[in-house]
Amino acid sequence: MNWTWFHRFGSPPYFYRVAGKMIPWFAWLAAITAVAGLVGGLGLAPADYQQGEGYRIIFVHVPAAVLSTMAYSVMAVAAGVGLIWRMNVAHAVAASCAAVGAWFTLVALATGSLWGRPMWGTYWAWDPRLTSELVLLFLYLGYMGLRGAIDDTARADRASAVLALVGVINLPIIHYSVDWWNSLHQGHTVLKFGKASMPPSMLVPLLLMMLAFSFYFAAILLVRARGEVLRRERNARWISEAIGA
Amino acid sequence: MTPRQRRMTLVAVIVVGVSLAGALALRAFRENVMFYFDPTKVAAGQVKQGQRFRLGGMVVKGSVQRRPGTLDVKFAVTDFAHTVPVTYSNVLPDLFKEGAGVVALGRLDASGTFVADEVLAKHDEKYMPPEVTRSLKEGQAAAAAGTEATH
Repeated sequence: MNWTWFHRFGSPPYFYRVAGKMIPWFAWLAAITAVAGLVGGLGLAPADYQQGEGYRIIFVHVPAAVLSTMAYSVMAVAAGVGLIWRMNVAHAVAASCAAVGAWFTLVALATGSLWGRPMWGTYWAWDPRLTSELVLLFLYLGYMGLRGAIDDTARADRASAVLALVGVINLPIIHYSVDWWNSLHQGHTVLKFGKASMPPSMLVPLLLMMLAFSFYFAAILLVRARGEVLRRERNARWISEAIGA
Repeated sequence: MTPRQRRMTLVAVIVVGVSLAGALALRAFRENVMFYFDPTKVAAGQVKQGQRFRLGGMVVKGSVQRRPGTLDVKFAVTDFAHTVPVTYSNVLPDLFKEGAGVVALGRLDASGTFVADEVLAKHDEKYMPPEVTRSLKEGQAAAAAGTEATH
């Protein structure tokens, strides 16, 4: 297997250039899928037989929740790669994931809470799914706090990478919490084996919104990672060439 | 081992070690993580009398009785093996209905009735447009009428 692409991405000038070219593509894909998903979800999809119009919060809640765990996986993989191959760019990517992931987590928790009040009868319950998602938020905040507390970038990278890897245990717990334990949160509608418990008129806009959130995440991650690479390489000669100064 | 392989092993050891520790901790806490007890566990005496806990299950069809002029409501919660009668006097959530999931917080009284002070509706994972359920119900009604007519 040819690994040169992998090592090429480890080179800051190459990453900076290629990421810069990829950003507009991801941003446009995100915009298109988001418009299609919102029109489909808020306009075309029928109301739910039990929840009426209130279920439409799902078109934000579920993509945000899925991306909150996806961002963590990307962060942990990047941190692991950075740790093993001593790859500065990978550490920059990991560091750029945390704040975005924390926002996704917060959006998932807030929208779920607003939905929970009328539907379940409570804003919050110490249910396994809700609690593990809250732990995810604290993992992101802890990761950012740890990075912020260490001035030396190389030491901050290594310490926070270990924290990111330790937190991986929370991902299967979040995903399977509704299967392993009695929970208030409903079970899997879409991300399971077999048929989704949803008609296509609702499922298609939901999948479009998941795509939109994923493209948005890719775009914003690359923007942030480029900034982080610039900050780390601020004294390197390639930068003056890259920005044409 | 090269330094890189050593770091790779270190990362693998962290991930595997934490997963093991997590799995063991979760096994130990299994009962505490449960959001609610089902009626079978209550019937098996797993909760002490007077202890506050959550009871979860299905609201038995036809069991909901309201006292007119008050918020008092009585219903039965079942897991299709055992059934526990519940009393409650407060506002019920929108999704509370017969045949749907419910989680109630409260304690058992001496007679074995569950006195709830909070009732949450448990939503299932199914989403459907209202027309579909209407036609489903009409289909069932038609089928029922059809079988009655043949008898």
